[in-house]
Amino acid sequence: MNIVTCIKQVPDTSEVKIDRETNTLIREGVPSIINPFDLNAIEEGLLLRERFGGSVTVISMGPPQVETALREALSLGVDRAVLLCDRAFAGSDTLATSYTLAVGIKKIDFDLILCGKQAIDGDTAQVGPEIAEWLDIPHLTYVSHLNEVSPAAITVSRLLEGGYEQASASLPALLTVVKELNEPRLPSYRASLRAKIQPVTVWGAADLDLDAGRIGIQGSPTKVTRSFVPELERQGQFLAGSPEEQAKALIAALQSARIIHGCS
Amino acid sequence: MNACPYNAVTMVSGLPVFGDACNLCGSCVEACPSGAIERPGADAGSLVDASAYRGIWVFGEIRDGSPARVVLELLGAGRRLADQTGQSLGAVLAGDRLGALPQELIAYGADRVFVAEHSALAAFRDEPYAAVLAAAVKQYRPSILLFGATATGRSMAPRLAARLRTGLTADCTALDIDPDSGNLLQTRPAFGGNIMATIMCPSHRPQMATVRPGVLKAAPKNDSRRGEVVRLEVGPELLKARTEVLGFTAEDEETVNLEDASIIVSGGRGLGSAENFSLVRELAALLGGVVGASRAAVEEGWIPYAHQVGQTGKTVSPRLYVACGISGAVQHVAGMQGADIIVAINKNPDAPIFKVATYGMVGDVVQILKQLIEQVKGG
Ligand SMILES: Cc1cc2nc3c(=O)[nH]c(=O)nc-3n(C[C@H](O)[C@H](O)[C@H](O)COP(=O)(O)OP(=O)(O)OC[C@H]3O[C@@H](n4cnc5c(N)ncnc54)[C@H](O)[C@@H]3O)c2cc1C
Ligand SMILES: Nc1ncnc2c1ncn2[C@@H]1O[C@H](COP(=O)(O)O)[C@@H](O)[C@H]1O
Repeated sequence: MNIVTCIKQVPDTSEVKIDRETNTLIREGVPSIINPFDLNAIEEGLLLRERFGGSVTVISMGPPQVETALREALSLGVDRAVLLCDRAFAGSDTLATSYTLAVGIKKIDFDLILCGKQAIDGDTAQVGPEIAEWLDIPHLTYVSHLNEVSPAAITVSRLLEGGYEQASASLPALLTVVKELNEPRLPSYRASLRAKIQPVTVWGAADLDLDAGRIGIQGSPTKVTRSFVPELERQGQFLAGSPEEQAKALIAALQSARIIHGCS
Repeated sequence: MNACPYNAVTMVSGLPVFGDACNLCGSCVEACPSGAIERPGADAGSLVDASAYRGIWVFGEIRDGSPARVVLELLGAGRRLADQTGQSLGAVLAGDRLGALPQELIAYGADRVFVAEHSALAAFRDEPYAAVLAAAVKQYRPSILLFGATATGRSMAPRLAARLRTGLTADCTALDIDPDSGNLLQTRPAFGGNIMATIMCPSHRPQMATVRPGVLKAAPKNDSRRGEVVRLEVGPELLKARTEVLGFTAEDEETVNLEDASIIVSGGRGLGSAENFSLVRELAALLGGVVGASRAAVEEGWIPYAHQVGQTGKTVSPRLYVACGISGAVQHVAGMQGADIIVAINKNPDAPIFKVATYGMVGDVVQILKQLIEQVKGG
């Protein structure tokens, strides 16, 4: 089974802080990581390869520094890494990103594409289903377990509001995966050594059979018109006194807000 | 330079230079005192004739035979935008044997309900639903198309947007109309809630967005409202599907429909043990609410992942959120800051959770929970 896993390099949002004076993100010293859900996608690819043979290719679209993320994936044991990198791809929204990735993936032999549920920088969760549409293959989102896998079809559980759906798709197909799917492995020593010397394939716009109007900022229907730092802080109050007094004060407040019913 | 949320701009001999971190967001364009910055492609010619597209549409997601709560919220917002711009409000329903549902959406504010009924549409599946919507959009050309940011909406809307070659903004928390251009202003959090972005789709139609449940105000119901029901043709070419729904297992312990819950009691590492975590369940049950958790509590194994609130869990917006022994890390807060009232219980008065709290309770979480349980029982 040949698997393509889409990975995105993202800033570790837990390290992102806001400079309250300038209202900007402090990026300095913020480490770049592989999007956490994409690690689950890589892991599932490796597990499938262990069961069925075949290969795992990771692909990413982004600036040259994404090579670090791809080398990290190689150190986990994937067979091949592809970077789609070109100034012409800058400013892509999810439509242009998914188009570019789909065109890149077309050059690779695949039975299954795995994406993360969403990327933690944008949290859009759109690139996966959009790739599936560009490639005209079915997709299943929020996959939390693979129940059955055969060369022609796959049966999965999906984590939805209130429970799990069991669903199947014919192959080739695209899945987006949640954390619960598996526990990503750590890099192995041997693979880490190999990852240092393994080549990363880099494809620019000229290497791909692209419609120039569909990439980068030209191919992106959405435009960010403004970004601002939200005012998170509320006008809150501390309740005073012993646990008993605090509890009493809270219940009174919730009753007067009609959140809970009182006897009064 | 300071206007850049990504710190990608440096000044070299009085002129701005853009680094690799620039994602062409455009914040600097407005801020530039001399008007010297232009965003590449920002004024790329209109790709569609926007005036040929009119009307605001809402996707009528059905859950257990009724419209999902977020549909009523979308109708509320859609009604406001429609009245503001003199357009009509439409809703699209797909399914099998829809009965009185079209009328119900009219009562909640729709002027026209487009109905696709077919046995093959009984269970939601991305491909046929996207195909039905794509065909309806091509025929009726709405200007705006809104979905709930539910598992269903977030799964199908991107597939549809790619098919229609248009833009889609995920998980919006506010919608407005730009007074100058008439375009939809779609505001959403990014970077784990660290920044907010307002997004437009100026030259493609329809303008598509998924909207976070529980944020917008639901429309009031008026059973005497009248509207039109339009039947959509559902030909076999629309029903092609390569996925099947085989079954559904509800989370047994209690329903973990956190997204729709109006009261959530959530526990974190501060509870200290699985045994103490049961106090969270007890209070939730007494209040008629649902149990949530921080990632740390999930990692301790006190509660399954389906209950996790936050950036890598669920995004919730209940009327009441009680955070018990949760520190308030940005990833947790990203998932619950939309709650109307936030109660934080923590022994550390400097815990960041207190910054977003409406009511702060400083003390031992076990003692305070026991008091709350006792008093709710007594009341
Ligand atoms: C990429 C990424 C994604 C993440 N996604 C999520 C997510 O979706 N959801 C999420 O929740 N987290 C997420 N996290 C983790 C997050 O950063 C925090 O580590 C986590 O939320 C902490 O959980 P906590 O508040 O329960 O634990 P802690 O941070 O350990 O806080 C425990 C709190 O309990 C208080 N306490 C201790 N004892 C008592 C007592 N006896 N009485 C009262 N108070 C007490 C302490 O003062 C402390 O404030 C993510 C992290 C990363 C890097
Ligand atoms: N630039 C990218 N390169 C490769 N994969 C991506 C990229 N952007 C998004 N993805 C994939 O799409 C998933 C969803 O991302 P998003 O739609 O940005 O939330 C991610 O988890 C990745 O698997």
